[in-house]
Amino acid sequence: MKTDDLIRGLAADTRRERSLESGLARALCIGLAGAVALFALILSPRAGMPGLMMEPRILLKFIVTLSLAATSIWLALRLVRPGADARPLVWALAIPAGALMLGVVTELVVTPLPGWMPGLFGHSAIYCLSLVTLMAAPVLVSALYALKRGAPEHPMLAGAAGGALAGSLGAALYALHCVDDSPLFVLVWYGIAIGFVTAAGALIGRRVLSW
Amino acid sequence: MDDREQRWMQLMQAALGGDQPAYQRLLREIAPAIRSVVERRLWRMGAPTGESEDVVQETLLAVHLKRHTWRVGDPLGPWLRTIARNKLIDHLRRRGRRVEVPVEDFAEMLAAPEERPGTEAEDVERHLALLPDKQRSVIRSIAVDGASVGETAERMKMAPGAVRVTLHRAFASLSARLKADE
Repeated sequence: MKTDDLIRGLAADTRRERSLESGLARALCIGLAGAVALFALILSPRAGMPGLMMEPRILLKFIVTLSLAATSIWLALRLVRPGADARPLVWALAIPAGALMLGVVTELVVTPLPGWMPGLFGHSAIYCLSLVTLMAAPVLVSALYALKRGAPEHPMLAGAAGGALAGSLGAALYALHCVDDSPLFVLVWYGIAIGFVTAAGALIGRRVLSW
Repeated sequence: MDDREQRWMQLMQAALGGDQPAYQRLLREIAPAIRSVVERRLWRMGAPTGESEDVVQETLLAVHLKRHTWRVGDPLGPWLRTIARNKLIDHLRRRGRRVEVPVEDFAEMLAAPEERPGTEAEDVERHLALLPDKQRSVIRSIAVDGASVGETAERMKMAPGAVRVTLHRAFASLSARLKADE
């Protein structure tokens, strides 16, 4: 085919596409709706939940997970936009990481040594791992779907950002149910769960996000 | 940012707003720029420069299908270079060649000569032949025969909206097929 002919054909395809931002926003609404439905089906908010939200250790869970989600959205959008540099944004990961570290240090200072380990292992570590992953799954699918409309230079990294986004939103949702409030628990078990979903996003992204 | 990039940005903005002549003009202007950079790159690697038109066409297809990833106000140069480089790497990889392509090679794109005759390319043509009948006929009618969407709709006894949808799907599957042709 002649290039001129191809150009004529391409110009005739006037379908308007939504922006990456609105595509991702829409996908997240759908994914979160799925996750909330799962939550409603198998879990319930812990007793006294909306009121407990302002408890420092509980609030910390939401600060950490939601700031990680926000950073991941921002990173993911840069990673799928050709010519955009995502590197300067990596520093924004210091917000969730810093908040969590602050919580961990405070916990270690105010809790006597014998309380550390029970806090770290909590009541429901395995439960936490599997439920965060489960809550994250619909968000991961929808986020990757939206990111597929982009054009990442490194599909694996873009997939990882989508995974971190899904994992942190899944964790935020699970935090409504979770009764383990030690920042040590959050660091280890939320960390492993989000890390797992991030890795899954990277592996799937490598396959499905190349264009 | 030079005048040409400035002009391309305006054309792209108009194109995203639905200005078809502006879009066609933009594609006609960027094609020779991509061609000259790709030819030089292939030549330097000792690869047949005859393949450059394949890369040009794949890049144009990607520019088209990913045009919503460009944000109004962003410079167009880095966006275009990244897409062209990615498509060149894809092309080389498919032919089992070394895939090191320095970004700097594409820096010259904006300064490339305006006119360089394009030729036919094989890859798109070959994959076009494998598309479903309806998609192939719509692309042929509009791109090769130069018929409008309305004329194509009449000729194929389809609704104009269906022709538009088919055309878009045809380009999307053409691009996916090129990508999968490892």
